[in-house]
Amino acid sequence: MATMEFVQGTRAAAGSAQPAVSSGVRPKIDVKKFNFFYGSAQVLYEVDLELPEKQVTALIGPSGCGKSTFLRSINRMNDTIPGARAEGTISIDGRDLYAPDVDVVALRRRVGMVFQKSNPFPKTIFENVAYGLRIGGIKDKRVLDEIVEQSLRRAALWDEAKDRLGASALALSGGQQQRLCIARALAVGPEILLMDEPASALDPIATQKIEELIYELKDNFTIVIVTHNMQQAARVSNRTAFFMLGKLVEVGDTNAIFMTPKEKLTEDYITGRFG
Amino acid sequence: MSVDPDTTLRAYPPRMQPSAMSKRPRQIREVVSVGLLGFSAFLIIAILAVILGNIAYAGIGQISWEFLTKSPEAGLTEGGIFPAIFGTVSLVILMTIAAVPFGVATAVYLHEYTPAESPSVAWRRYQSARVGEKGKLLRHFLSAVLATITRSAVANLAGVPSIVFGLFGLGFFIQFVGRGLDRATQAPGEIHWGQGNILWAALTLALLTLPTVIVATEEALRTIPSDLRAASIALGATRWETIRRIVLPGALPGILTGAILAVSRGAGEVAPILFTGAAYYLPYLPKRLTDQFMELGYHVLILSTQSPDVEATKPLLYGTVFVLLALTFLLNLAGVLIRSRTRSKMRVGG
Amino acid sequence: MNRHFDRDIEQLKELLLRMGAMVEDSINQSIRALLERDTAIAEQVIAADSDIDRMELEIDQHTIELIAKMQPAAVDLRFVATAMKINPELERIADLAQDVCERAIELNREAQLKPLIDIPRLARAAQEMVRQSLDAFVRGDAALARAVIARDDEVDQMTEDSFRELLTYMLEDSAYISRAIRLTFVGKYFERIADGATNICEMVVYLVEGKVIKHAGNVGEVR
Repeated sequence: MATMEFVQGTRAAAGSAQPAVSSGVRPKIDVKKFNFFYGSAQVLYEVDLELPEKQVTALIGPSGCGKSTFLRSINRMNDTIPGARAEGTISIDGRDLYAPDVDVVALRRRVGMVFQKSNPFPKTIFENVAYGLRIGGIKDKRVLDEIVEQSLRRAALWDEAKDRLGASALALSGGQQQRLCIARALAVGPEILLMDEPASALDPIATQKIEELIYELKDNFTIVIVTHNMQQAARVSNRTAFFMLGKLVEVGDTNAIFMTPKEKLTEDYITGRFG
Repeated sequence: MSVDPDTTLRAYPPRMQPSAMSKRPRQIREVVSVGLLGFSAFLIIAILAVILGNIAYAGIGQISWEFLTKSPEAGLTEGGIFPAIFGTVSLVILMTIAAVPFGVATAVYLHEYTPAESPSVAWRRYQSARVGEKGKLLRHFLSAVLATITRSAVANLAGVPSIVFGLFGLGFFIQFVGRGLDRATQAPGEIHWGQGNILWAALTLALLTLPTVIVATEEALRTIPSDLRAASIALGATRWETIRRIVLPGALPGILTGAILAVSRGAGEVAPILFTGAAYYLPYLPKRLTDQFMELGYHVLILSTQSPDVEATKPLLYGTVFVLLALTFLLNLAGVLIRSRTRSKMRVGG
Repeated sequence: MNRHFDRDIEQLKELLLRMGAMVEDSINQSIRALLERDTAIAEQVIAADSDIDRMELEIDQHTIELIAKMQPAAVDLRFVATAMKINPELERIADLAQDVCERAIELNREAQLKPLIDIPRLARAAQEMVRQSLDAFVRGDAALARAVIARDDEVDQMTEDSFRELLTYMLEDSAYISRAIRLTFVGKYFERIADGATNICEMVVYLVEGKVIKHAGNVGEVR
């Protein structure tokens, strides 16, 4: 069964090999001429990028290339940094999320985020997952129970956690904590999931579980993942975007990027020829 | 080609020369320095032990039900110290109510809402900003300035001698606020607020404690990883929701411990209450905020300096000091217990 | 930046070139054995084939290790894939040279059927294609590779010509049949050697340009 899904997945990916516009897949996130500044320093230059719905897009590139800044621009996490400024547009379903009337708090409920280091709250497993719901004003225990279970199931943590929902989240292993963080993000019902090197602090087995999870989640979510692990980008993503020095160098079907990249820079980067 | 061993070895500093490899001189230095350091530590402990031992030895015999529950009698040479115990506890409670919420609020504002960067950095950022951003960054700069001023005020406050707090309490609370209230609310010539009382004393003491509470709270807030704040914000929480649900609960053990230690230190201070409400002797217990009160530290001072018969009051003096120390110790113990309980609860329980 | 991976790649390339040189040598010697009717040379070529087989295994091993350790991507991945496909191609070419030698030994047992005209031309063409395909591989020269591929039709034509001529001998006298058939085989072997060179060149184009030109026109554009 899993193999079948994989084959279909690959075919679906193959279908979108050409630029997303012609693939017929509606871009969930549409980035146009996006510039980003920290004070007077520009960190992103004229990024034009379409991220198709219900696909995994991997952002790769050397440290400091702007890929994390770009990721954090999608849920406006950069807003808290003094002097941070954005130009151009990032639209979700056609609506510019940098428009003046956008409610950032509401935006972040549509765009979940998973961080590099797992960061569960020092609360119980249950309360971690329920956190976003409680913030959103849900008090009904039945509703909370249901969504917490569903989120934990989706994050492939239910079987390991169902008997100790009342235990501290900090008692979980590193990989479980990261899946808990994914469940916590899923609980508020986002459409988009941003992942900032979600497995970089995990051992290979925990990493593999996270990757499997990402693979399954893409059926329901549009996922953007920043990773330094080239193999990981190759394994989990449908599309790959390569950033360097704040510019989007190349974007395309992951297979194409990893077998026959068009740009010399991309090729040098993914083959490790960078000086 | 053979290498002359002497030539190669000369490259090493003298203490690494093979001849210097014998451990003797360095080992001796090691033993001497460890000995000196250890002796200093031992000396401190020994002095403390002598003082505490002396007080405990002389004081514990004095403790009796009567001593703890009766008022001083016969010109302070007999009887108990109950009014002083009661006054001290009331004072500390009032002082805590005043200092802790205010101090915690100040620290939360400083740490969570003002910029982490210095005014000069914020100013440079303001200068290099584009026209459209100027307003936002000017506010940012001003808030950085405010934070810096507040922090240095807090630091300076902590360095002020406690007698100055006492004088300030006298001048500000009694003369200015109290008399002002009296003029506004009382008939001419009536003095109700404009004299020393337990409220003014507690507020004065609260001022003295405030810097410690602020610093301890900020320290506790600093231990909350920024990851957790980011996670909460990313889940659609506002800054205040994040503070209320994540930051404050996490920092609570630290805040409580800091607050209790600050309060216990304040509880032993006599100077601030000298002119602001502590009474030499009172036949009644304070019932209202405008009442004067007796206090243990002050009582010790009175016993040792104002007694008509110093020798006769000596046992009482030791007993009082012992009770004061025990109260302080209990407060400290409570602080430590709260810290360890809440910590372990966070790690495993919930 | 220098990568130690580059040393491994270089080493793999060197092994392939050594193998290529051995294969070229086999082809040369097989042509000599055929044209000079020298059974001794033919036997040497047959004996040398086991060295080439060993070489193939060694290169296989090396390539698989490279994949396991380095997980190559992009041009590296294409290089390793190319190496994996060129390697058996070379080995097959060597086998064909060995087959030529076996037929030569058999032919040498009888009188010469006829002065060879088409077959030497065919053999030289196939030999040259193999050499050029290896050159294209070494230099990453896609243009040369395409030129080699273009020659395949010419070789097919020569094979056809040689077969027709031999057919006339067979029709003329049944005593010629066994020798004519053996020579037909030889022609076919060289044609297939040229096919091998063509396959190598298709991989070279993939290696350099990332384009798959194999079976073009039969299955349509492959991504």
